[in-house]
Amino acid sequence: MKKYSYIGERVPRIDAIEKVTGAAQYAADLRLPGMLHVKLLKSPHAHARIVRIDTSEAEKLPGVRAILTGKEVPYKFGIYMQDKEVLAQEKVHHVGEPVVAVAADTEEIAERAVELIKVEYGELPPIFDVREAWKEGAPLVHERLHEYKHAPFIFPKPHTNIANHFKLRKGDVERGFKEADVILENEFYQPQVQNVQMETHTSIGQWLPNGQINIWTSAQSPFAVRHLLSAGLGVPIHKINVVVPYVGGGFGGKAGLHWEPLVVLLSKKVGGRPVKLVMTREEQFNTTAVRQGFYARIKTGVKRDGKIVAGEFLYVWDAGAYADYGVNIGRAAGYSCTGPYEIPNVKCDSLTIYTNHPYGTAYRGFGHAEFHFAVERQMDLVARAIGMDPVEFRLKNAALPGRITATGEKLREDAGRVDECINAVAEAIGWGKKGPKQVGGKLRGIGIAALWKAPAMPSFTSSSAILKLNEDGSVTLSISSTEIGQGTPTALAQMVAEELQMPIEKVKVVTKQETDFGPYSWQTVASRGLFMEGNATLNAARKLKEQVKGMAAQLLGVPEEELVVADEKVFVPGRPDKGLPLAKLATAGIFPDGRGIGGPVLGYGYYTAEGLTNLDPETGQGLPALMWTFGAQGAEVEVDPETGDVKVIKVVSAFDIGKAINPSLLEGQIYGGIVQGIGSALMEEFIFNGRGVLLNNNLTDYKICRAQDIPDELVFIPIENPQRNAPHGVRGIGEHPRISIEPAIANAIYDAIGVDLFEIPMTREKVWRALQKGRKNAAT
Amino acid sequence: MSRHKISFSVNGERHELEVEANRTLLQLLREDLEMTGTKRACERGDCGLCTVLMDGEPVKSCLVLAVEVDGREVTTIEGLAKGEKLTRLQRAFIEHGAVQCGFCTPAFIVAGEALLKRNPHPSEDEVKEAVGGILCRCTGYRQIIDAILDAAKGRE
Repeated sequence: MKKYSYIGERVPRIDAIEKVTGAAQYAADLRLPGMLHVKLLKSPHAHARIVRIDTSEAEKLPGVRAILTGKEVPYKFGIYMQDKEVLAQEKVHHVGEPVVAVAADTEEIAERAVELIKVEYGELPPIFDVREAWKEGAPLVHERLHEYKHAPFIFPKPHTNIANHFKLRKGDVERGFKEADVILENEFYQPQVQNVQMETHTSIGQWLPNGQINIWTSAQSPFAVRHLLSAGLGVPIHKINVVVPYVGGGFGGKAGLHWEPLVVLLSKKVGGRPVKLVMTREEQFNTTAVRQGFYARIKTGVKRDGKIVAGEFLYVWDAGAYADYGVNIGRAAGYSCTGPYEIPNVKCDSLTIYTNHPYGTAYRGFGHAEFHFAVERQMDLVARAIGMDPVEFRLKNAALPGRITATGEKLREDAGRVDECINAVAEAIGWGKKGPKQVGGKLRGIGIAALWKAPAMPSFTSSSAILKLNEDGSVTLSISSTEIGQGTPTALAQMVAEELQMPIEKVKVVTKQETDFGPYSWQTVASRGLFMEGNATLNAARKLKEQVKGMAAQLLGVPEEELVVADEKVFVPGRPDKGLPLAKLATAGIFPDGRGIGGPVLGYGYYTAEGLTNLDPETGQGLPALMWTFGAQGAEVEVDPETGDVKVIKVVSAFDIGKAINPSLLEGQIYGGIVQGIGSALMEEFIFNGRGVLLNNNLTDYKICRAQDIPDELVFIPIENPQRNAPHGVRGIGEHPRISIEPAIANAIYDAIGVDLFEIPMTREKVWRALQKGRKNAAT
Repeated sequence: MSRHKISFSVNGERHELEVEANRTLLQLLREDLEMTGTKRACERGDCGLCTVLMDGEPVKSCLVLAVEVDGREVTTIEGLAKGEKLTRLQRAFIEHGAVQCGFCTPAFIVAGEALLKRNPHPSEDEVKEAVGGILCRCTGYRQIIDAILDAAKGRE
């Protein structure tokens, strides 16, 4: 019997040919009969009342079919906090917020119409500094916060800008600090940045006169779009069909709901014509969601022997104008606040704060890239304060199996090993070895940082899969995990082929998602897909086999238990006469006399997150993590002391991924994550003027890494300690390679030039200024 | 807006049509000819995702006016494979895992093909230089660079 072995193989992506030939379709490539195009009038003010809107001139323009203002659409949307307006209603909350939308025959006409609309504003005092925004007396971004609906695990503070206050209390932090030999407190800061998906947000909506709503959209999560739209508009969910073709990058920024409500409301106004909105790149920066800004204060108490005895964490998130997603980022960062370390006494307050900046949302890492910068810088600073090697210090406090996390979870034996990751990276980056410090006038250094992250999601989220047997013996897998570049559908095809022991060429995974037909999945986020869709898919394949065996047992007159499914057949091993091709069972089983039995073969499988609980509102204790993926990153940098220029010459990464299903896809996630992290470490930041206007809302002034900016050397070390309840032992890896790049680089910069940086991005100017300051201090 | 008659070919097929003076080559391809393999992502020449070849040279089609292609030969991603037969570079992109979300893939392949025609044995730095004007947010570029270098090897 032929053995089909696909797990761990470099199987080519199932979507690759479509993508290398330009045939792959994305939302912006779709064109429907009668389709109209949308342009937006956006707020020039960060905070202002809308006094009057005059659309009369725009209405006269030929080709204008509908003009929509916020007053006409008094809805609120949001996943965890229902605060998001699709068009500003009574006031604008940030520069770039849409105020009026025009649907017209062409984009050009819509644009001209927007220019003819006059809006009168009454300016209000804005609030930009997140450190001031949560204090008494700050201007309120949302006066009616107390009326907003929100998830039960979110704790807003009415009549303030605090959209969520996550609290965690473990042990007795005051006692812990009393026991400490050394206490060190530091502050860290990061600005807002953008996900910069190459495909901007794109949605087409159609609201037909019979109440049917059709959406084609660049969303990560079709079922979340359907649910949140239904909840926000108060329309029946079965009347909504959401189609998601290929998505040109998500990185969290297309999770939840975005512009889908706007296009369907416009369509309703024009009697059901499809309406299309393609965000411009400038709007992608100003108008759609961004990554939250972040301010942290960490106080650490440590014994001389290197054991951390107390940690106090204040995390303050600049959610911007809306916190519909941001509130849960604050929560997730809060329960993971320590990083991958055991600390017996912990106090954490993680505050998601409204300001008049663009609004925040998920971005690859979901807060973990941000707070790990603070935690992993602090680990180096504390190690130095007690004269201990940073690697040894991390290993001493590592969250190993059997140890207790900040939420009181005892890590299982199969939880993964951060110590193996740290050791692997230390060895590969040359830790403890004396390399050349100075190369042609430039200074080299190495740094290391560890990390952990679990999928951040409600405790009961689920996924499902449908596997159909076709008449030629091939199978079709339907899942609702969207293909956003991560490659999950390909990995699932490998799992199906291996489970059914059949050629992978005969496995199709549907990559275009449609809620009317596809099985439910919560969202394509949180590095949860391979684990959760994988479990659902394996369950579906097992159900399919059961159904096939049930029919074959009757047709062949053998007990079900003796039958095996493999090689596109169902058979009794060693009995050539007792077998049937799967193709013969696809639609029904047939006896020799023509009688049919059974029916079309379809395996249905599901998986629901196991054993997770809500966290105690006062102490944060409970079980939030389906699985932890641990990792470590090492960076070698070269700093030019004359210019402050930092070049990352080598990055070494190790992750305990449990099992590599497809090393080629896995490496893609690793390299891509690292390079995104380098962008945020060295160059990416939102720069505002004093009035909240974003000055670098384009890719000329907001740089992301180019091919020339990547490290000379990228080394990835997979570590495979399998997770017990995972398909083939896998853990999520989508977000993790992007975490702890910033602190690894910052720690390497210290090693190179002896300068400590507490803010990112670590631009030439910042590095140079820090160097000058150091020199001045040395001179005096 | 004044209208102009233009005559040009795309992937070997001739077209004659009338365009407004402010129409870009990108709009001409995506909207008038409904060839959506070429992507629109910034419309100001920053991202390079709309890269096509004009008389064999890579250009950012959002920065080229439609009237400028009069009498020219345009090659897009749709024109590279011959039926089901992919080019060596397209195959190398698949083998090296150089594709993720795929939104930038057409631009990198078109620019890569032009590079290999001009310089059949590029160094790594020459590859980086040739695709340096095209942005990708998924791959970190490593596998894209490797795919182009590998396709060049295959030409010997």
